Amino acid sequence: MPSKKRGAKRVNPLASAPKISAEATSSKRASIAKPLSEEEMRMVAKKLRRHIITMTATAGSGHPGGSLSSVEIVTTLFFNVLRHDPKDPRWPERDRFVLSKGHGAPVLYSALAETGYFPVEELLELRKLNSRMQGHTDMATTPGVEMTAGALGQGLSFGIGIALAARLDSRDYRVYVLLGDGECDEGQVWEAAMAAAHYNVDNLVAIVDRNRQQIDGWTYEVMDTEPMAEKWRSFGWHVIEVDGHDLGQILPAFNKAKRMKGKPTAIIAHTIKGKGVSFMENNPDFHGKAPTPEEAEKALKELE
Amino acid sequence: MASEMSTREAYGHALVELGKENENIVVLDADLSRSTMTSFFAAQFPERFFDCGIAEQNMMSIAAGLAASGKTVFASTFAVFASGRCYDQVRMSIAQPRQNVKIVATHGGVTVGEDGFSHHSIEDLALFCSFPGFTVVVPADAIETTQAVRTAANTYGPFYIRLSRPKTPLVYADNYRFVLGKAVTMRGGKDVTIIACGLMVDKALQAVDDLAREGIECRVVNMPTLKPLDEDAIIRAAEETGAILTVEEHLQHGGLGSRVSQVVAKHHPVPMSFLAIKDFYSSSGKGEELLEVHGLTVEGIQKEVRALVERKG
Ligand SMILES: Cc1ncc(C[n+]2csc(CCOP(=O)(O)OP(=O)(O)O)c2C)c(N)n1
Repeated sequence: MPSKKRGAKRVNPLASAPKISAEATSSKRASIAKPLSEEEMRMVAKKLRRHIITMTATAGSGHPGGSLSSVEIVTTLFFNVLRHDPKDPRWPERDRFVLSKGHGAPVLYSALAETGYFPVEELLELRKLNSRMQGHTDMATTPGVEMTAGALGQGLSFGIGIALAARLDSRDYRVYVLLGDGECDEGQVWEAAMAAAHYNVDNLVAIVDRNRQQIDGWTYEVMDTEPMAEKWRSFGWHVIEVDGHDLGQILPAFNKAKRMKGKPTAIIAHTIKGKGVSFMENNPDFHGKAPTPEEAEKALKELE
Repeated sequence: MASEMSTREAYGHALVELGKENENIVVLDADLSRSTMTSFFAAQFPERFFDCGIAEQNMMSIAAGLAASGKTVFASTFAVFASGRCYDQVRMSIAQPRQNVKIVATHGGVTVGEDGFSHHSIEDLALFCSFPGFTVVVPADAIETTQAVRTAANTYGPFYIRLSRPKTPLVYADNYRFVLGKAVTMRGGKDVTIIACGLMVDKALQAVDDLAREGIECRVVNMPTLKPLDEDAIIRAAEETGAILTVEEHLQHGGLGSRVSQVVAKHHPVPMSFLAIKDFYSSSGKGEELLEVHGLTVEGIQKEVRALVERKG
């Protein structure tokens, strides 16, 4: 039980050195789940959407819109692409998923629960005092969370650090960083874009959730980030554009990224904020507002 | 005015009034205009409002450029992003050249609540008070906010005004007049002085009636201007009541308590106590729950006052 006063016990995962066994350093493991088929992933995606609705509605606050737009990206990663072991979240050989847009916590927690990092019931603790389901992600609190986030714009740099460490340690894991398109307003994103290309970190993939909305409105009104793909290309990245809700396009993009040598890959995933719930789609009100109990009921009906 | 209003809402309305009176006022935001309530100004004066997107450092330097060209600039975002993220931009482009930029940050402290510690602004006052020449104001309610924002607009130089997210009770009547750099005695008392700022002023006022019944008469002082500090009011409190408790929604180092204690130590040492955010990052949770974690409650204040009076002897 977390101590009542201070909050959940927070431990920097590196404060105690991980046990290094042959099993720990081998990149193969019996406990790794088999990749899911597209049809199976479709079912999982729906489950994640239901979790996002239920957990934000229960919390009474949170960010459903940008979580719903990332569902297919996160599903593909956790159920088909990432080499990870939910029973050993700190396995040194694991691929890393860095959620740079930390307000997308609900979609990440849902995927972590569904892959077995912690019980699904714990999702209902979202945003409660001393729970492991913090409003924004914290690597020292929640198993499977790789980065403490919430202040936008820092995840790609963090990902470069992880990717460079792989090179230094001769490990072959890969790093996936999910960014918001509004987040790309931050200068640091482009400092990182420049650095990643400069260091030729080809084990790094940036995914931009291109839902074209931020808080104050459409991205083209608030701060126009077009031409998005050309920007990344001109910074020296290998760029792939996909429909971010089409599972049949997302997986091949990750595979293509794996084959790309000498350059980092940016996947621009065209998505819809609030995807899957009619009254939340493209509705900026649901960026940072939870559905009411009635809205949640309506949403869950649509997601049956 | 309603009996409750968030200080950020008062800011939103005040900006519109100032915008009508003064064409020289320009407002900037960083994709949070609906939360900081600069959206009211944006709706009325779209040509004098610039949404910089999620790029706070860029916003602060743009603000500096506008100010260097004679504009009175208000720049708003959440307190965490206004302070830590832009420290160097503010330091070199705004603080050092003493530019006429008013950084009005909302969502100060832990009463931000459920968003968690990435969004809890507990270091911002220390950071802004560290800039030579900056004026730092933490209004106690919506009425004081309206006044402070107006004062900032009409006073040349860099300002940081820290506002809050939740709706909170008014501690002042409509006819209150804020004076920059002056403390306000809210309640008279001879046994101990509680010096508070921001939302803690209301908590302090709620705490003192019970204490009076126990025979402890508290002076309650609102210290809205953290920099420059009203040293005379602090020295008087030390001399006349012989003990001082500070209460603030900020880390115990670098904010109100630290600043008051320096004055007390230099001019008239008396026993002091400090209620503040404790030295750790707290969880997500409801604002009031988090205040409780740090003892920033009516009961917490009462407990601290009793202990202090005992120490004073
Ligand atoms: C540095 C920083 N500035 C501002 C915010 C407040 N904020 C949270 S989410 C958000 C909009 C994010 O838009 P986008 O990156 O497009 O995310 P999505 O639409 O996918 O949710 C903003 C401005 C923040 N979290 N961090």
